Amino acid sequence: MIDSIKPPLRMLSLRVICPNGHLGFAPIRVESFRLGVEARPDIIAADSGSDDVGPIPLGTDTSTSPRAWQVHDLEHMLLASRKLRVPMIIGSAGDTGADSRVDLYVDIIKDLAAKHGLSEFKLGYFYSEIGKEDLRRRMRAGETVAGLEGYDALTDAELDATERVVAMAGVHPFIKLLDASADVIIGGRSSDSCVFAAPAIQRGFAEANAYYLGKVLECASFCAEPYGGKETVLGEITEDAVLVTAMHPDQRCTVASVAGHAMYERSNPYFEQVAGGTLDMSQCRYEQVAAKTTRVTGARFQRSPEFRVKLEGAGKIGERYVGMVGIRDPYTIAHVDEVIGWARDKVRERFGEEKQGGYGLHYTIYGRDGVMGELEPLRDRPAHELCILVQGVAPSAEMAEEICMIGTRQMFYARLPEVKGSAGSVAFALDEVLRASPSYRWTVNHTLRCDDPLELFPTHMTSAGI
Amino acid sequence: MKTRRLSTLAKTIRSKNAGVNLITFDIIFAERAVYEKVKRSRVLTRETVSQLYRIPPERIADFVEFDPANAIKFTIYRSRPSGSPGDPDIFGAQQYAPLLDIEVPAEGVD
Repeated sequence: MIDSIKPPLRMLSLRVICPNGHLGFAPIRVESFRLGVEARPDIIAADSGSDDVGPIPLGTDTSTSPRAWQVHDLEHMLLASRKLRVPMIIGSAGDTGADSRVDLYVDIIKDLAAKHGLSEFKLGYFYSEIGKEDLRRRMRAGETVAGLEGYDALTDAELDATERVVAMAGVHPFIKLLDASADVIIGGRSSDSCVFAAPAIQRGFAEANAYYLGKVLECASFCAEPYGGKETVLGEITEDAVLVTAMHPDQRCTVASVAGHAMYERSNPYFEQVAGGTLDMSQCRYEQVAAKTTRVTGARFQRSPEFRVKLEGAGKIGERYVGMVGIRDPYTIAHVDEVIGWARDKVRERFGEEKQGGYGLHYTIYGRDGVMGELEPLRDRPAHELCILVQGVAPSAEMAEEICMIGTRQMFYARLPEVKGSAGSVAFALDEVLRASPSYRWTVNHTLRCDDPLELFPTHMTSAGI
Repeated sequence: MKTRRLSTLAKTIRSKNAGVNLITFDIIFAERAVYEKVKRSRVLTRETVSQLYRIPPERIADFVEFDPANAIKFTIYRSRPSGSPGDPDIFGAQQYAPLLDIEVPAEGVD
């Protein structure tokens, strides 16, 4: 046999498809995914997480989207991966990558395997939560939990105020599970790019190109043009380059779209931090090598001297109610701050100052500066009508409801000296206040040094199918 | 002097979270020549951006002219982390509008 005299070469290239930049958040588009699967990739992978959704899902231990959407995406990916007999890899399960979200996705995969009568396969998963007491012990032992993006180092008080903390995995737990021949991997919180970099590194490709492959694939068709999300793209890593190809018939990966994606959602387009090092894209060269394909060379990777892992944590502020009013009288619009001041006074009379009373009362004035707040250059030119969103936040639901109700209804009774309309200062579409999700904030946006890249990410293997 | 609005010159003008405490802005041009002209016009600098958004220059975390993508990019610190009570734009996706109307000296860009 001719094959038998060939030396055992490592793979010359590895091809990965990504159908969704935030799996479960909005459903994948199945047509381009089908084309991606027909290209016979070696790996099917997607990231399912984001901190864009704010701190509430992590705080309340929920997902931002219905289970049906998560099942939709996982079902398409699972059936394709089992049909092609190639690994399927998911990072940051269920938006937050918290333990409950990993369990949720593992259960969905098992249910889908049973539903479709898939033959037995190995299902690997890992957790990313770090216990508050674990973190506290490390702080007591002298570890500095260093703040990112303007956050101070983590204090005991901020840790006390925190509900849940996840650590951001690098490639390591994924590689460990691939080494153990997992067919499907459900990851806890992970760096987006590592979901794709891990299989490439595991199969021997250079770290620099592997992390670049991850960087370019993580948001699926956001690296293609014309703009259109949730479409599949195919990335290929070779010994010296990364090639990225749009799968949708009308999309292309161009030099501009691929280079443009390098800067998406990050403050600096040249550098990407992951657990264990930094991807340096400053010397990247982009070439259009086919109508839908761009080739990228020159990525570099610098290992960091100290292994630091990013942590994300959310802390509860209180229960929350919302109310809404409209204003049409131009005089009242011009004096809207006084209207709000009147309502604030009434809340103060009942509950004291915000700080001492332990509550929050927030007004968002649409039609003036509702979207941009203090950044709005046109806030002195309000529209002819305003909508004001009122939010009351307090330790108990009852108190939040009452604060929101006073803060909303008392705008109706505001006394402006020269107003012509004396029967009511605002319009109600709903004369009620509505319960909203509790209010949370990002308390932890920090990094922690670790001795072992796997110590925060325990891996497990089970099986699914029959 | 004749001017043109940035919105008629750029292909993409957008804003988006970059982590929980930063919002990053991208202004991307289809043509290298237009990008170079806008860059040279100095209508987009740390100073002009801090004036437009009325924030102190320290709130600008990064300002990059990114030649590979014909793009000018800057990043600002939020006044409070995304999703904090009262934050009206959790994704930071609608903070770019004031950039659309920046007037660029028209010479060489029309």
